Amino acid sequence: MTTVAVKPATMAQALTRALRDAMAADPSVHVMGEDVGTLGGVFRVTDGLAKEFGEDRCTDTPLAEAGILGTAVGMAMYGLRPVVEMQFDAFAYPAFEQLVSHVAKMRNRTRGRMPLPLTVRIPYGGGIGGVEHHSDSSEAYYMATPGLHVVTPATVADAYGLLRAAIASDDPVVFLEPKRLYWSKDSWNPEEPTSVEPIGRAVVRRSGRSATLITYGPSVPVCMEAAEAARAEGWDLEVVDLRSLVPFDDETVCASVRRTGRAVVVHESGGFGGPGGEIAARVTERCFHHLEAPVLRVAGFDLPYPPPMLERHHLPGVDRILDAVGRLQWEAES
Amino acid sequence: MTVMEQRGAYRPTPPPAWQPRTDPAPLLPDAEPYRVLGTEAAAGADPELLRRLYAELVKGRRYNAQATALTKQGRLAVYPSSTGQEACEVAAALVLEERDWLFPSYRDTLAVVARGVDPVEALTLLRGDWHTGYDPQQHRVAPLSTPLATQLPHAVGLAHAARLKGDDVVALAMVGDGGTSEGDFHEALNFAAVWQAPVVFFVQNNGFAISVPLAKQTAAPSLAHKAVGYGMPGRLVDGNDAAAVHEVLADAVRRARAGGGPTLVEAITYRVEAHTNADDATRYRGDAEVETWKRHDPIALLEQELTARGLLDEAAADSVRQDAETMAAALRAHMNRDPELDPMDLFAHVYAEPTPQLLEQREQLRAELAAEAEPEGAQ
Ligand SMILES: Cc1ncc(C[n+]2csc(CCOP(=O)(O)OP(=O)(O)O)c2C)c(N)n1
Repeated sequence: MTTVAVKPATMAQALTRALRDAMAADPSVHVMGEDVGTLGGVFRVTDGLAKEFGEDRCTDTPLAEAGILGTAVGMAMYGLRPVVEMQFDAFAYPAFEQLVSHVAKMRNRTRGRMPLPLTVRIPYGGGIGGVEHHSDSSEAYYMATPGLHVVTPATVADAYGLLRAAIASDDPVVFLEPKRLYWSKDSWNPEEPTSVEPIGRAVVRRSGRSATLITYGPSVPVCMEAAEAARAEGWDLEVVDLRSLVPFDDETVCASVRRTGRAVVVHESGGFGGPGGEIAARVTERCFHHLEAPVLRVAGFDLPYPPPMLERHHLPGVDRILDAVGRLQWEAES
Repeated sequence: MTVMEQRGAYRPTPPPAWQPRTDPAPLLPDAEPYRVLGTEAAAGADPELLRRLYAELVKGRRYNAQATALTKQGRLAVYPSSTGQEACEVAAALVLEERDWLFPSYRDTLAVVARGVDPVEALTLLRGDWHTGYDPQQHRVAPLSTPLATQLPHAVGLAHAARLKGDDVVALAMVGDGGTSEGDFHEALNFAAVWQAPVVFFVQNNGFAISVPLAKQTAAPSLAHKAVGYGMPGRLVDGNDAAAVHEVLADAVRRARAGGGPTLVEAITYRVEAHTNADDATRYRGDAEVETWKRHDPIALLEQELTARGLLDEAAADSVRQDAETMAAALRAHMNRDPELDPMDLFAHVYAEPTPQLLEQREQLRAELAAEAEPEGAQ
């Protein structure tokens, strides 16, 4: 038996490694986007790939998101597996037409004859003090578009495993990278990096008995912190990390809620029309008789993302989560 | 037979009445960027204008340096410097009448300030306390646009609306070389040409879009050439020659105002600093290139001209530098004060009338802040 050193690595490093391993394993994998070549991406996630695999496989494109995704569609039609980088959440919007009208629909329109195995990597979410248009949480748009898979890692291991799985998927995957977790570190075994749950499975990050926090991406560490803090108030919280928003893992989520009888959905995108509404409805539909309280949502406010100096008031933090947990002591008359 | 000849043969024969809408020849840019400073044309330049350009250039350079220093002190979240490109920034602002509109890109703080916006207000976005600090209506300056090229169709629409209303207004829209690859650039130019809208599209070609050099952005002979396909003239100008940029833009503005339609102006310049303070420019370009461009500095070029013609003596230059220092000191003083922000403002301007949901969320935050403000243990 060999023992491998389990070293701390950042999420960004794990993503780089995933891209590299995928490119090495399959010559049809191509990385493309703005500044992904020489610079290695503005977050350095594609660092070294152009050098190692050449500019034809890690390509600095012209600055045109619709063009990047549109040409990736054509490349995928011809048998390649493009992995596209959108520089920031809000800069993916020019490509929305391609994503909605073509990427999401190609398999369906062609009755299965033209699948599109492509991955769209999008750094998303706030909390890094970015100026306007650098902090959007756009997952609800993608979730509302049938034909796309939507995944978002919260741990270093998942960043690797989910990205490998996304690239290997025969369907298009919108791969949302929580910006504020890029530099988060974790012990991670690069020799056995793929041993994570596949796309479509949620995991229980922390087990507990009194209530379930259902969350994903950048809000996972916040929920873990809230769960720790809640112990002082006698709450033993379970934290479920969805990992994949589409497909949605009803099984894991509902098993947890049936155990605890109470649930709060936590995410930083706006609550109105946001992912939490869908999740709360599904949980209610499936676990109604197990619920001791309505499923609550803790979300960002329903605002255009605020400027950096005010973002802490917008982002759901530990207090807001604990407050919701307190409200789970539901009584009939309240 | 060459490939081109062959291709000609496949062309469907045009119907007898077919004629090209416009002879492309007059629309084509010159092969060389237009220059004034250091050429005979300089003699014709208005001394008053040259002095004014000079003062603004020096102030602009100082502003860039001060703002960059403020990022190091953590007073600004980020600053995209336009050092080396000041001639473009300043000319873009000075060429407009008060009633005209400027549509800046995220790098164009200097143009915004030269247009009269308060230097502190021009930095609110980059400081992080609000998205747009100034009143666009008051200054006729659209918000600094972060998503690239998306402001170009706005400029076209505004100019078109002004024309429909019978107003004599021109819109000047600024975009980088990288931005010209976006679909919005194409759509804006096409609308402008079809509508003959009074717009000037001003491309600052500074060589790079973050790390990507122009050669990976376009295969066109120049960005100005792109105009021809839309049916508008393209002009090429030395972007470090303030007098030339001003003259070319002034021509384009005049043409637009007179009903002659849009123009695409490409200024060849260089971004001397990194993309922003967060960027590592050594990854994609060498010092030698930067040094070459520094020798073609917009301030030095104008200074030579002014000095040679006796339009600038040491005392005048000193006074310009002094003004720039005063501006920088004021900027520093303002920026070193912590901004007073009211978190309740989050809800103030989402809709003209807040939705019931927002009112609820506002009360939630108010309660949270009140709880935070309570002294420890007072319960
Ligand atoms: C639609 C969109 N895509 C990507 C970005 C990210 N981005 C910001 S600046 C920049 C480079 C812009 O280059 P260029 O247009 O040449 O202007 P310059 O920075 O040289 O002034 C990029 C890619 C953005 N702001 N908007």
